[in-house]
Amino acid sequence: MTAAQSAPGLSWNVSADLSQLFSYHFMVNAFAAGTIVAIVAGAVGWFMVLRRQSFAGHTLAVVSFPGAAGAIWLGISATAGYFAASIAAAVVIAMVPRSGAGRGYSQESAVIGTVQVFALACGVLFVSLYGGFLDSLTGLLFGTFLGISNSQVLILGVVGAGVLVALAVIARPLFFATVDADIAVARGVPTKLLSVLFLLLLGCTAAEVSQITGALLVFALLVMPPAAAQQLSARPGTSFLVTIVFGLLVTWLGLGAAYFSVYPVGFFVTTFGFIAYVAASAWRAISKRRDSRLALGPA
Amino acid sequence: MTAPEPPEASPDTASGGPLEAPADYPLRFEGAAVVLGGRTIWSGVNLDVRAGEFVAVLGPNGVGKSTLVKAALGVVPLSAGRVEVLGGEPGAAGRAIGYLPQRRSFDGGLRIRGIDVVRLGLDGDRWGVPLPGASKFFSRRRHDDERLDEVIELVGARSYCERPIGQVSGGEQQRLLIAQALVRRPKLLLLDEPLDSLDLPNQSSVAALISRICREEGVTVVMVAHDVNPILTYLDGVVYVAKGGAVSGRPTEVITSTTLSRLYDTPIEVLTTSDGRLVVVGQPEAPAHHSDRHTGLPR
Ligand SMILES: Nc1ncnc2c1ncn2[C@@H]1O[C@H](COP(=O)(O)OP(=O)(O)O)[C@@H](O)[C@H]1O
Ligand SMILES: [Mg+2]
Repeated sequence: MTAAQSAPGLSWNVSADLSQLFSYHFMVNAFAAGTIVAIVAGAVGWFMVLRRQSFAGHTLAVVSFPGAAGAIWLGISATAGYFAASIAAAVVIAMVPRSGAGRGYSQESAVIGTVQVFALACGVLFVSLYGGFLDSLTGLLFGTFLGISNSQVLILGVVGAGVLVALAVIARPLFFATVDADIAVARGVPTKLLSVLFLLLLGCTAAEVSQITGALLVFALLVMPPAAAQQLSARPGTSFLVTIVFGLLVTWLGLGAAYFSVYPVGFFVTTFGFIAYVAASAWRAISKRRDSRLALGPA
Repeated sequence: MTAPEPPEASPDTASGGPLEAPADYPLRFEGAAVVLGGRTIWSGVNLDVRAGEFVAVLGPNGVGKSTLVKAALGVVPLSAGRVEVLGGEPGAAGRAIGYLPQRRSFDGGLRIRGIDVVRLGLDGDRWGVPLPGASKFFSRRRHDDERLDEVIELVGARSYCERPIGQVSGGEQQRLLIAQALVRRPKLLLLDEPLDSLDLPNQSSVAALISRICREEGVTVVMVAHDVNPILTYLDGVVYVAKGGAVSGRPTEVITSTTLSRLYDTPIEVLTTSDGRLVVVGQPEAPAHHSDRHTGLPR
């Protein structure tokens, strides 16, 4: 990675910039991988935000870091490490007993937090055992778009498609179990099975997102787009579509900005996600105030 | 409705004799008993609810009113006796039962519209994703939309059903939830304290709504209530649960000094105020046989 390669000239000619961007094979791969990950993260993240499981999502991503670091140290594929660690952690979290009323959740978050910090520590150990301390550490934690291979894009695509198909099958009962668990149980919806399945899908997704944004910045794609979209609309269909659009925009803009600068991709993707969230919150605050003024006004 | 029975029953009633035509009695309990956590909640409960009746389940906190409803749903198993729901086993009637659990309110931050929550009562347990615009092509989806429209109109939720459910008032949420319980045209509606946490005007208007649903839609309603007064004028029958047993009958037969004194085994007075309200004096609030390690807060 050289400075010249990471910071090419940006002109005002958009089509020239774009053709320059896509003239490198690694950049084409980065956009393909980013697009897959943005869609999968948006779809799964939309449910995760609704289910208030962001902390679990973050942990599954953090756990992917020792997975990848360990895999690199052992000389096997980092991609396999990402998935193996996140899915294993999802199984562990799914096994934490959760008794309906509040108590179970705080128990869960204590367990999750403990797992998370231990995973982070193991990751740091693996990276230093491997030797290449600084480079791989920043890449694994804060994201990189360099050196995404064809086979990695293929794996991201296959796993992503699997996650989307599975999510489509369980979508409506999962939504039911999320919004109105008591009634869903009474109607015979297998809520426990659904929550385990969802954690596994979340594990796969967190492993995918980590490979683009880095393990610590997954929230940029997993939380920010759905959180922003749910501010903008209370219609499930609309906020779901807006989530996907936000995710794609944030990823594409982030990759483009990273290509034309010397700074890491994770920073840009997160910044654009943050802007989307702040803008959506501001928009909602303004329209709420306008509504209440209308309601009070002509009385 | 059967005559009052002493709260003792032998387990052999479980074999049970042949019951009458199911259409006449959507809900029957015969010598039923429930044991939870090693403690008998109630036993020897006999109850016959006729089709089209509006029956209230009354009694102090913690005596097992919700447990009675859950036994009818088949969520809580009986330890003795039998329950017949719509002519079959409890839990087998599925679609034909509408259920509203106790004290359910939605997180103020939940950005999902009321109408979406109502729709979940209709199709939330179907696998797959609802496609936007599907009503143009599928007649089932069109029927669903029409039915949704009907129940929203019936409970008078038109003006607020598009708002996020976390942001409508308690009374409005309760109407939406009643619509959700009704949307599949159930034959039997089980409502667990739907008037709980509503102010007095809302209590009487929701009570009137439930009675109207019972008469106009021909639905049998079994409703748990803490206070009988808001619904007294509408009731066909009451079940009074106390001290490990229950008595059932017409309100005027059951809510009397004699019956309640016998049920509680302690002198109880029922007074009628000048506006026709009933006041029960001397009723112990917590179940007298309360013997588990939880010591209830002073009430
Ligand atoms: N799963 C359970 N295990 C043990 N005891 C239970 C369980 N569920 C409820 N109980 C007990 O059963 C009693 C009746 O509960 P409930 O039916 O909710 O009362 P109510 O609705 O009349 O207030 C209470 O004392 C409660 O503590
Ligand atoms: Mg109760």
